[in-house]
Amino acid sequence: MSTFEFLLQGLASAAEPMNLLYALIGVTLGTAVGVLPGIGPALTVALLLPVTYRLDPTGSLIMFAGIYYGGMYGGSTTSILLNTPGESASIVTALEGNKMARNGRGGPALATAAIGSFVAGLIATLLLAFIAPYIVKLALVFGPREYFALMVLAFVTVSSAFGDSTLRGLTSLFIGLAFSVVGIDQLTGQNRLSFGVPDLLDGIEVTTMAVAMFAIGETLYIAAQGNRGPETVEAVKGSVWMNAADWARSWKAWLRGTVIGFPIGAMPAGGAEIGTFLSYAAEKRLTKHPEEFGNGAIEGVAGPEAANNASAAGTLVPLLTLGLPTTATAAIMLAGFQQYGLQPGPLLFATNPQLVWGLIASLLIANLMLLVLNLPLIGLWVKLLTIPKPWLYAGILVFATLGTIGANPSVFELGMLLTFGLLGYVMRVFGYPIAPVVVGLILGPLAEQQLRRALAISQGDVTVLFTSPIAAVLLAVAAIALILPLILRARGRGEVLSQMAASED
Amino acid sequence: MKHVFLASLLAGALALPAYAADYTIMAPAAPGGGWDQTARSLQTALQEEGISGNVQVINVPGAGGTIGLAQFASQQKGNPNALIVGGYVMVGAILTNNAPVTLKEVTPIARLTGEYEAIVVPASSDIENIGQLVDKLKADPGSVSWGGGSAGGTDHIAVGLLAKAAGVDPTKINYIAYSGGGEALAAILGSQVTAGISSYGEFESQVKAGTLRLLALSSEERVEGIDAPTLKESGYDVVLQNWRMVAAAPGLSDEQKAAVLADVDKLAKSNTWQETLKTKGWADTYLAGPAFEEQLAKDIAATETVLKDIGLVK
Repeated sequence: MSTFEFLLQGLASAAEPMNLLYALIGVTLGTAVGVLPGIGPALTVALLLPVTYRLDPTGSLIMFAGIYYGGMYGGSTTSILLNTPGESASIVTALEGNKMARNGRGGPALATAAIGSFVAGLIATLLLAFIAPYIVKLALVFGPREYFALMVLAFVTVSSAFGDSTLRGLTSLFIGLAFSVVGIDQLTGQNRLSFGVPDLLDGIEVTTMAVAMFAIGETLYIAAQGNRGPETVEAVKGSVWMNAADWARSWKAWLRGTVIGFPIGAMPAGGAEIGTFLSYAAEKRLTKHPEEFGNGAIEGVAGPEAANNASAAGTLVPLLTLGLPTTATAAIMLAGFQQYGLQPGPLLFATNPQLVWGLIASLLIANLMLLVLNLPLIGLWVKLLTIPKPWLYAGILVFATLGTIGANPSVFELGMLLTFGLLGYVMRVFGYPIAPVVVGLILGPLAEQQLRRALAISQGDVTVLFTSPIAAVLLAVAAIALILPLILRARGRGEVLSQMAASED
Repeated sequence: MKHVFLASLLAGALALPAYAADYTIMAPAAPGGGWDQTARSLQTALQEEGISGNVQVINVPGAGGTIGLAQFASQQKGNPNALIVGGYVMVGAILTNNAPVTLKEVTPIARLTGEYEAIVVPASSDIENIGQLVDKLKADPGSVSWGGGSAGGTDHIAVGLLAKAAGVDPTKINYIAYSGGGEALAAILGSQVTAGISSYGEFESQVKAGTLRLLALSSEERVEGIDAPTLKESGYDVVLQNWRMVAAAPGLSDEQKAAVLADVDKLAKSNTWQETLKTKGWADTYLAGPAFEEQLAKDIAATETVLKDIGLVK
């Protein structure tokens, strides 16, 4: 049977009424648990996986796929509405999404996230079905030096994309980098900056930092404004649905996000969050509405959300073709597959085609179900914002704390949450962007380890970093991204410059 | 409506502890590697045998398991439902890294299984056998990069032992540490490193699919069903077994410890677990209680000598 026939067969069995019901239940459960702050998709899947064990293989695969996609979408919902990202991949979503929600555009933000996730999930799942064996070859070409070049590109594009001032963006980034070196060094096992505190040995948890900086910092900031702040958050301004302009601005961002997210998700050491960073940076450069970025630009939600979902499908590429789980969610999925006698590995597509195609078909169905479930719910979600401010922020504080304690039950972790919350508040007061801190915390260790591995393999020869074609291209793009604005500035195209200078006062 | 909604959210959040596992098993490594597989196999077997209704696995990767061990020792103290998977890699890593938290700070329960180290190269490599690889190592130790698990772990020790047995200065080896078996495997498959070293089980499916070439095993004698020479018969006197164990949290009472031991004992003798060992190709080296603690102390002492010999510990 050809690839296409297998897929059709899988779709046919997944579309039976009973299986559709399982998909709906899975998506509902996944979304419901996924919206709890601090609980990302990995934990959602781990919590709900046992629910699927009682069904037959097809039914359980379908429900499982529903839980997976539902959990991911649930995480985006809290990012947008409450500014509490449940996992590192939805941090970027919170940036513009929450601003949109604050401006009464929560409906379109949630809609573009849902439709973007659907579009990206659809395309990426089809890519998974048809070109996984080729993509995985490409992913394996990525060695330490290529990863390092990718990180350099991410640093350059991201640090200039967050906030209006490069200086302030870089300052925030370096604060994040400083925090990222805390803990045991992975390559030598030596302690760094842990000051004998065992809780610091494993470094600073990204989600703790993100929730603290975004949710706690924001809450303190709002509380400190007291009655001087804007009176109420306007829950709905205009339509709850996306208008023509929103569609026009979203669809390209969805496609770009998919193209960026899928290959990065397929790389064994890529990580979903890097795709979302790059997508955000790309959207900010390409947009016709640069003034809206930082104040709720719809592209800034559409692109990263698509990248996030595409990269989740990309994660399945090494999982299904090599048996390599590259994220926590993928590892839990692996346990799930083994339950059905599916042993992911290089021979899987040959030995178990029915189950593989069943899974891929299930992912497509779950993706559709997610849209069916969530679009009508958007109206309900945005009502959350009509809760009076003191109640809303008190609730955010409670959920942020619960989420952190739930993920990492330790008093020290709670202390870190509050301390970073204070830091987030101080940075807000002095106008420093928050996101680069979290970006530095995520990218710092990746860049450092890959650089050191590359140099160890080459025995200290630095030229090796530029001699691989992929690395050279990535570094060249990074160099252009860094130098081009400087040249434009030198030539006196002063609008951007003066704007920057003004904001640096 | 919104109150109902908030209330249900809150109820959901508060209800979470009800989902909490009877056992939570920490795999102190990235997903996909040997400890992760052991933890997940334990999870399945404990549930299927009805020993524990709901078991969860969490991954805390890094530094030969010492990061996970430190977190486990500090956060799970006195918790009779917490287990951690570990092994010989941890023994070496603790010594090499001079880790602040050692195996003395957990409660060892039982040794479950053991695997031999396998040396592989990608199928595209021009190295055909272990002799050619060692010749290359002799010619220029730095030019052979080895991809494997954490610094100072079994994989690292095995490379050091092989270098020493081949008459190469073990301090000159070029070992690239990855935090988990999965990440190392990707680097080997992608020809990022010259050779890979890890437990055989982590390479098995790739070897069978022909994407990796198996050069040698670190067993005493040839293993049935595996088509590769031992290091010993190839003329390098290196025999190394990478065993895996399960330990409980520190600060347990005698009754709590006995209860965990009873559960693990029941598991080790169950059909599900025996079946798992067979399918995964793991040898049954079950050893529990005081006998295991004694053996562990011996292993720690022996490893320290080995690490000093090959210059990984000063």
